[in-house]
Amino acid sequence: MVDPKAAAAVHSGHDPIKHTTSPYVTGTSVLGVTYRDGVLLAADTLGSYGSTKRYKSFERLCKVNDQTIIGAGGELSDFQYILTLLEELSNEDFCADDDAKLSPKEIYAYLSRVLYNRRSKMDPLWNSLVVGGVQDGKPFLGTITMLGVHYSDDHIATGFGQMLARPLFRERHRPDMSEEEATQLLHEGLRVCYYRDKQTTNKFQIAKVTTEGTTISEPFALETKWDYKAFVNPGALAMGTW
Amino acid sequence: MANVAYQLGSSGYAANSAHSAPHAHPSWSPYDNNGGTCVAVAGNDYCIVAASTRLSTGFSILSRDVSMIFKLSDKLMILSPGFQADARTLHKVLQQRYIQYQFNHSRPMSVAACAQLLGNTLYYKRFFPYYTFNICAGLDEQGKGAVYSYDAIGSHERSGYAVQGSGKDLIQPVLDNQLKAASPLVLPPENWMSSLPLDQAVDLVKDAFVSAGERDIYTGDAVEIYIITKEGTRREVVELKKD
Repeated sequence: MVDPKAAAAVHSGHDPIKHTTSPYVTGTSVLGVTYRDGVLLAADTLGSYGSTKRYKSFERLCKVNDQTIIGAGGELSDFQYILTLLEELSNEDFCADDDAKLSPKEIYAYLSRVLYNRRSKMDPLWNSLVVGGVQDGKPFLGTITMLGVHYSDDHIATGFGQMLARPLFRERHRPDMSEEEATQLLHEGLRVCYYRDKQTTNKFQIAKVTTEGTTISEPFALETKWDYKAFVNPGALAMGTW
Repeated sequence: MANVAYQLGSSGYAANSAHSAPHAHPSWSPYDNNGGTCVAVAGNDYCIVAASTRLSTGFSILSRDVSMIFKLSDKLMILSPGFQADARTLHKVLQQRYIQYQFNHSRPMSVAACAQLLGNTLYYKRFFPYYTFNICAGLDEQGKGAVYSYDAIGSHERSGYAVQGSGKDLIQPVLDNQLKAASPLVLPPENWMSSLPLDQAVDLVKDAFVSAGERDIYTGDAVEIYIITKEGTRREVVELKKD
């Protein structure tokens, strides 16, 4: 099948306008949970080029301001562009010099409009974003897809994490968890993602936001165990498979 | 492509091209279906408005508590199942227009006015539609229940009750049976408004959602119900199965 318009454009020496129809360098899942004093986000640090581990120390969790952090999966260049947009907004806040900063919900609302507008131009920003923050003393956690679909919840996971980590969150999450419990839960979520999602590496970061401010951890590795019987011989316990 | 010295990927169909991006997707769609069911029932002195709260995509549940009901006022609501991003955008547009209307006319918008505005707003995007299947419901200027239902591009009709969304096929025939819509063709014209007492109509709506939740994977978690009368508006939430 040849698109006649595209063929004509080639002959006249002009290419048709191209939009992102598929991503190049991508990040996988972002996980997030609310807890007693704030929100934790977690992601690995891999930027994949298809099945190639292209960038192994790409930080996908970023601080927006003292009360907001964001994490991204999907096209990482698009994420860096989104960060420049947020940077501009933060600079405007700084120049106003009135101590007013964008709140987590405002950033979430803004980003949902940006992603929706780009999808409406048929030129999407190929990302799943997670926004975490503390607003009016309460934790806020929301996510936005490249189509502009957005929702907030007590716990969130994008991409493979939606299938792998979210069921764990649904079983074990409580809004009044301590930081240790919430971190433990995220570790469990990251671990299953690493076991079952080929695009995940064992190099993670956890970002924290509380009323005290934000911190993003140094990259760390999780302890893994590969000698489970089901891993050594996956077919043994499932009759009829290979 | 003779004039292009260097390029990443290629034009044409990425899926079957040798130079496609590492994550070749056969096509990209600007739409999604996030499911959900909405019901509205008009009575002589009430209006019942109800919507499920599950947000889904494909076989995944994204969230269990996302409202599809947009409250323009205590007596005027829009219910929008379908594509959540389009629904939220539509609601934002209507919110703006609702406020502008009050500045221009010094009174709140009637249900009939809002119903026409919603129809026009949908048709404005006739060739890139909002993928939402709306119900506009409330109390009209006589205090009677008013329900309007729409397709994605703005065709609409006032009726005694309406069902939209993923559970429509399951609920519509039940309401047809229980609320007995008079044929618009009978003479002398019959009142198509539900004659059911309010409490019975509320029970019917709850039962309808419980039943839809049993068979429709996109309906579940909870149903949010607004009961609108001239005395005021009451909100109820009924839990549904979470499976």
